Amino acid sequence: MTAFLDQIFVRGKQTLLAPMAHAPGWLVQIVSSLINIFALLAVFLTLFALISVLERKILARMQNRYGPNRVGPFGLFQPIADGIKMLIKEDIVPARADKLVHFLAPVLIAAVAILTLGVIPYGRNMTPFAIDGGILFFFAVGSATELAVFMAGWGSNNKFSMLGAMRAIAQMFSYELPLIIAVLPVVMVVGSLMPDRIVAAQAQYTFGLVPRWFVFTPWGAAAFILFFVSGLVESNRTPFDVPEGESEIVAGHMTEYSGFKYATFFMAEYLGMFAISGLGVTLFLGGWHAPAGALEFLPSYVWFFAKLSALLFVYIWVRGTLPRTRIDQIMNLAWKFMLPMAFACVIAAAVWHYAGRGLRGWLWSLVVIAIVYTLLSILLDTRRKFAPRVYRFAE
Amino acid sequence: MNSAAFVVIAIFTLAAALAAATLRKLMHAALSFAVAFVGLASFFFLLGAEFVGLALVFIYIGAVAVLIVFTILLTRRDVGKDRGFNWSGIVIALAMFGALTWSILKTQSLAIVAPHIRALTVKQIGAALMTTYVWPLQCVGLLLTAALIGALVLVMEEKR
Repeated sequence: MTAFLDQIFVRGKQTLLAPMAHAPGWLVQIVSSLINIFALLAVFLTLFALISVLERKILARMQNRYGPNRVGPFGLFQPIADGIKMLIKEDIVPARADKLVHFLAPVLIAAVAILTLGVIPYGRNMTPFAIDGGILFFFAVGSATELAVFMAGWGSNNKFSMLGAMRAIAQMFSYELPLIIAVLPVVMVVGSLMPDRIVAAQAQYTFGLVPRWFVFTPWGAAAFILFFVSGLVESNRTPFDVPEGESEIVAGHMTEYSGFKYATFFMAEYLGMFAISGLGVTLFLGGWHAPAGALEFLPSYVWFFAKLSALLFVYIWVRGTLPRTRIDQIMNLAWKFMLPMAFACVIAAAVWHYAGRGLRGWLWSLVVIAIVYTLLSILLDTRRKFAPRVYRFAE
Repeated sequence: MNSAAFVVIAIFTLAAALAAATLRKLMHAALSFAVAFVGLASFFFLLGAEFVGLALVFIYIGAVAVLIVFTILLTRRDVGKDRGFNWSGIVIALAMFGALTWSILKTQSLAIVAPHIRALTVKQIGAALMTTYVWPLQCVGLLLTAALIGALVLVMEEKR
């Protein structure tokens, strides 16, 4: 029963493909890919609709208000109303805009977000496109986002759009480095760029209880935090949302977009968030494996989406908690702290490997991380001397 | 299947390259240049050289295309205007084409029949880079670090 439930979607796909047993191989391959793409879009667009209302609900709860509660039970049909509104809104293209580039930017950004979702293993035998260099594919395709953002900013022919695009590209470029270097230790330890192998490497349990996820090693924990923060920046989420700072530059590169094109940008942002969280789950949180051996009776995809939801909740939580940072603070953090720390993770992972991957390696890599962290804190602290704050009061 | 895919990708790549060479607006040309690189990367995928294709996408679309686009944006005032026709471009293109054709005709590796080439995995490339080619790799790394530091020195504020 457990195995059946676990493989129910895989079997469903096989049943769908069964009538084509005599068709030529390339046709089967194309149909199989189309089924994967369809399933991917169905799941993640539903998740997008859900998370858009849940985010507003959770934020409202954190800010002591009700949030959307008019449409349907608990406001759950809000995304449908929003979708209809976005569809029937007028699509305004500025007269001086570059029409083609202006149109292609949301298309490209959504395509990139969907492509990156394709390489993540969602369950046992449930990787839509299992390719050898999956992690590389994720980042290679993801790097086209910057071009799309630039196209949106430049194509709109608006100073706010251009400024927003400049900010977005500056911070995305800076954080791509710590993001990728934080992934390196995992790739080094597993010895493969294939997401399925990375998940398989985290399958065992110590004493049948504590899972061997990489986040439970010192280098893995540090790299996961770096990865998560960089992911926040890459998806332009709240402490790092200067590219679309409403109070300064209207909506950044999305200023001149309206109606469904704006909705596409919004969707792409959320899909990008799902992709980066999904990759985080795959790399550090054991992918679709259960958190304890005794809990493996639940299907693998349930565990994947549970972990994904937990990460998404943290994204929303952070948005409800932290104020927006300035661009110079963002850059300082990236180059002075995150990058050296990411390199320290690589070294700590090597130490962990050569000290035998056991308790000894665990302690030694903790020592490496602690030393680098302390040194960096001291070094960065002495550079920032604040003058004593002077308060002035009305008299 | 493969030859059909080859024809489709070849038409796509050539069209994008032609657009990059002939479009009136410089920014459009730069963007079609990025599209041409997508086509080139697909050729590598078709040949089973996954790593090279991904590296091409990563470097040329993620970095070089953005660099070109920004260079155009920051150095020209008339970004939106038509660009003039440049004869020197034709000379350089012909010279490049001649050199490439000459070297392709001269090379020996084309004599290998296709089925004998095994698909390279990322692991093999990594092993080769870390053993046989470790010195060239280190030299390139040193050169790039020097370039990075040089760029930083160039933009550093002068202290008075």
